[in-house]
Amino acid sequence: MSNPPETVRFRTREGSPWTGLWAVVAKEMADHLTSTRMRILEVLIVLTAVGTVYAAMQSLQQTVAQDPFLLLKLFTTAREPLPAFVGMLGFLVPLIAIALAFDSINGEFNRRTMSRILAQPIYRDALLLGKFLAGLFTLALVMTAIWLLIIGLGIVGMGLPPSGEEVARSLWFLLVTVFYGGIWLALGMVFSIAFRQPATAALAAIAVWIFLTAFWSILAGLIAPTLAPIQMGLPQEYLAQAEMQLTLARLSPSTLYAESMLALMNPNTRALGLVLPSQLYGAVLGTPLPLSQSLLLIWPQLTGLIAATILLFALGYVLFQRQEIRA
Amino acid sequence: MSDPVIETHGLTKRYGDTVAVDGLELSVGQAEVFGLLGPNGSGKTTTILMLLGLTEPTAGSVRVLGLDPARQPLSVKARVGYMPDEVGFYDDLSARLNLAYIARLNGLSGQTAQSRISEALERVGLSSVSDHRVGTFSRGMRQRLAVAEVLIKQPRLIILDEPTQGLDPEGAREFLDIVRSLKEQGITVLLSSHLLPQVQAVCDRVGLFRRGRMVLCGTVPELARRVLGGAYRIDLLADGLGDDFAATLGQVPGVVAVTPQDATHYTVSAADDVRADVARAVVEAGGRLWRLDSETASLDDIYVHYFQEVGHVESA
Repeated sequence: MSNPPETVRFRTREGSPWTGLWAVVAKEMADHLTSTRMRILEVLIVLTAVGTVYAAMQSLQQTVAQDPFLLLKLFTTAREPLPAFVGMLGFLVPLIAIALAFDSINGEFNRRTMSRILAQPIYRDALLLGKFLAGLFTLALVMTAIWLLIIGLGIVGMGLPPSGEEVARSLWFLLVTVFYGGIWLALGMVFSIAFRQPATAALAAIAVWIFLTAFWSILAGLIAPTLAPIQMGLPQEYLAQAEMQLTLARLSPSTLYAESMLALMNPNTRALGLVLPSQLYGAVLGTPLPLSQSLLLIWPQLTGLIAATILLFALGYVLFQRQEIRA
Repeated sequence: MSDPVIETHGLTKRYGDTVAVDGLELSVGQAEVFGLLGPNGSGKTTTILMLLGLTEPTAGSVRVLGLDPARQPLSVKARVGYMPDEVGFYDDLSARLNLAYIARLNGLSGQTAQSRISEALERVGLSSVSDHRVGTFSRGMRQRLAVAEVLIKQPRLIILDEPTQGLDPEGAREFLDIVRSLKEQGITVLLSSHLLPQVQAVCDRVGLFRRGRMVLCGTVPELARRVLGGAYRIDLLADGLGDDFAATLGQVPGVVAVTPQDATHYTVSAADDVRADVARAVVEAGGRLWRLDSETASLDDIYVHYFQEVGHVESA
């Protein structure tokens, strides 16, 4: 009888956990890109982009002034009754991400493909990360297409070539948007692991999304007075309460995303949150910040978005590793 | 003899308080077809999952092809083909694309993958529909596609969990032909099934599971000897015999038990085919022989008999 070498007797795993990762990514991306679900979402987002950008162009043409960042205005200008494209993305990106992820794991169980796939020489790690990356890449692909579409519309419709700074800022916009999608993708996957029924997983993810996007900021306004009450009517107390409210609101990824967008797409933004007059001493108001300074401004928001994604993914990972394979 | 393909010692799996597999000792050799039998929930699937490293054993050791599935899962899974009891495929993809995904997960690509896929589809007779969506396949076709998938990685051991469940008789027969051809290639096959005649038809040895324990293990004649007392059942119809003929028949060498059905009809269990001796005994006793049939004991009889017996012991 052949004994294995001593090294494999330890509780170490053999081989790389990422064996087969790219096979999973390729397969899942192909599935996403050819699925009816994705086509519907693509139509939705293209219509949104064209509609909002067209409306933005109309209003920009009427009120055009000396603005060095006209291209960025395409993303952020709202014209009644349509909101700006960036505002729409705050809603659409989570929807797309959840739609991509909510049946990723439980779907394999329900199709009875899970045991077959895991009987292949790969670890569960590769399957989970592969599915996540495929969703992220699909999202990135769609967003890049939209980004090119908007820039193209801007050049054709307004006859303005984009400046280097504008392109750099809008590329960061793209990156932040994809990471924002990453959170919802990870959330959708956690629910798809936790619930065997895809419909339950989808509803749970949508419930969390609506709660965080629509209700959390209202709740933050209600909770802040209890956590930081105003007893004496001192200015410090008002300040503390406002800061508490802002901190609470920032627990929601949508707030983080909205703030990042504000700083990135509107270079005049000098601070996110509360600013005291003393802090503005010596500042030349109305002058745009360079990109590096804007990035510095949103760095906490950016790391917050990425950290939330990693935490959610880790939670899904732990849940998935503990799951029994037999259905 | 070469090293066993599967070897377990004291293999145990507990889920909380329930013991799914209890101290399993199993050894399966090269090119052997081994059948796992037993009622639902007797630990067959859990055993299979532990052999593949998909579930960690609570205690005991497993060696599959000389490897430890819990520590070297990738090597084991690269060499072992597994067909679960409920096979599912991606219905929107064609048969070929479904297999291509599995090939890529096994690190096969390009020409090698394509030729192995074509070969496997040819082998199970699905070449003509290889570009059809799997969603349009019948149950039998899916089952055969699952075999093709297993063949792609050219395994040395194939584990089939309830492979013929829900197949029509023709589909099941074709399936068993495939299993036999695998054996001829020197591939070891571990098969779990409820369909006893099929297990008997293809398996070299069988193991009978009951409540997580393998209570019987051996070839079908061996089991028949142990459970029924004899591997052969002889059906005798003769008249003109005395009342003590049953005792006379019991004296015939090789006869284990005689059960008179009525005055003219006897059922004889024997270790060998002793029809000639029985015929002589009838003639010597002055009887007239009408019918003398011999059949090897079926797995069905063994199974039913065994579970009735343990049932009696338990209710007593």
